[in-house]
This record gives sequence, C-alpha cells and structure tokens, in this order.
Amino acid sequence: MDFRTCVNIQKEWDIVGARQFGRDFSKKLGFGIVDQARIATAISELARNIYLYAGSGKICFDEVENVGSRGICIIAIDTGPGIKDISQVMEDGYSTSGGLGAGLPGVKRLMDEFDISSKTGEGTEIRVVKWVR
Amino acid sequence: MRIPILKLHNYLLISIQIDLDDQTAIQFQEDLLNKIHQSGATGVVIDLTSVDIIDSFIAKVLGDVVTMSDLMGAKVVLTGIQPAVAVTLIDLGIHLNEVTTALDLEQGLIKLRQELEE
Ligand SMILES: Nc1ncnc2c1ncn2[C@@H]1O[C@H](COP(=O)(O)OP(=O)(O)OP(=O)(O)O)[C@@H](O)[C@H]1O
Ligand SMILES: [Mg+2]
Repeated sequence: MDFRTCVNIQKEWDIVGARQFGRDFSKKLGFGIVDQARIATAISELARNIYLYAGSGKICFDEVENVGSRGICIIAIDTGPGIKDISQVMEDGYSTSGGLGAGLPGVKRLMDEFDISSKTGEGTEIRVVKWVR
Repeated sequence: MRIPILKLHNYLLISIQIDLDDQTAIQFQEDLLNKIHQSGATGVVIDLTSVDIIDSFIAKVLGDVVTMSDLMGAKVVLTGIQPAVAVTLIDLGIHLNEVTTALDLEQGLIKLRQELEE
C-alpha cells in the first residue's frame, strides 16, 4: 500500500464529503460509473454509521493491487461503543435507530471484500475492497 | 439548503439537483408535506435525474415521503432514477415496490394524469 488518505467524520456534512472524495478517487482508479456509485454508496453507509453510532471516526482510502488487478480499499474506523453481535447487524432489516437496516448488509453486497472487527467499548473497524473490472 | 417546490395546476414539481445531505432530505420531506397541505395538490413528481447517489437513509426518506403524501391524498411519482442508482438500490436490498416511477418528468406527468383520472 503506497498511500493513504483519510477523511474525518465528525459532522453530518462529512458523510457527503467522504462519499464525494471516494467517488473522485474511484474515478481516478478507472472504475466505471456503476461501480463509482456502488463505492460512493458504501462510503455513505459506513460514514453515516460512524456519525450515528460512534459520534466520530474516519474513513481511509488506499489503492490496492493484486496480481495485475487494481482496486480501492476503504477502511472505516471509530472508537465508539462497538458492536456486540456482528451476525445480527449483518442481517437485512436489523436497525437500532429506526433505519432500514440496509446499511451493513448492503455494503457487503456493494463491495467485493468485506471484513469487520469490533470490540464492545473499544470501537469498530470495517475494511472493504472493490476491484476494477 | 432548501429544495425548491414548484406548483403547476394541481401538481407539485421537484427536481433534486444537489447531492442530498441528511438535513436537506429531512427539510425537503417537511416542506413537501406542508406544500401539499397548503396547495391541495393531488399529484407530485420528484425528478431524480441529477441524483447520482441514493443510500439507505435517502431511500428511507423518499419512501416515507411517498407514503406520507399518499396519506394526505397526493400521489407521488419518482422520475429519472439513473441506471447506476437503480443498481445500488438493489444491492442495498431496497426495491421501492410501492413507489410509482417513470423515465422522465414528462412520462411522470403522463402517468400521474392517468392514475388520477382512473
Ligand atoms: N460503527 C458502528 N458502531 C456501533 N454500532 C454500529 C456501527 N455501525 C452499525 N452499528 C449497529 O449496526 C446496526 C445495523 O447497521 P446498518 O447500517 O446495517 O443499519 P442502520 O444504520 O440501522 O440503518 P440504515 O443503514 O439502513 O439507515 C445499527 O443499527 C447499529 O446498531
Ligand atoms: Mg446504517
């Protein structure tokens, strides 16, 4: 990984800032229109979750490479309350905020790789990757 | 930021031209319901041609707008959803089944007229 840029998530408007940054970044990497929209949507979901459930955190962007293919790696990090039951939050429709509960399971489908690690009281880190087709 | 709502006969027309943040989306929901109430509009077209992202929150707000407007007696049609946005909505598991959609503003108005005359 040769570079890393992070966008802080503190105010509601940062959700828009992060997804716009991610769209530009993915455009530069050569993603098509549909994948740019997928990546921007995934970032929006991750950023909103940070804002809503952790208060603040950051979203970091990396360019990744793997045997000739190029991709974008996005990491959402917060030091919020963490997630107790990960399989539960990955269910479609599960929400503690009256939302659609579409965010996390949606991000998993929007991206090619999805890893989540979380510890109660310490925070959450979600890493996603999408490869240029 | 405020999204302008135009009145045309019995219809309200809205074209969303900005990247919607949560606050603007909520404000729009409130403004539209007030406008329906004031004007007695029976139909609403929300044009999304310029919207290049709809995430789960915005989808929820739009879905709620349709349901609430319906309760107030105004039929809503969403128009101009971009192909990429349609794809991401399906990835999110959001199907907007109960929502009437049309290709563009013109088709939206035709659809409204048909549905309201039935
Ligand atoms: N960063 C986080 N820290 C703590 N809890 C989280 C975090 N992200 C998600 N959660 C928990 O996981 C649940 C599911 O998240 P998900 O994004 O799938 O749905 P939602 O945010 O509730 O609704 P939607 O995203 O559809 O608007 C949330 O309701 C919240 O309880
Ligand atoms: Mg969410």
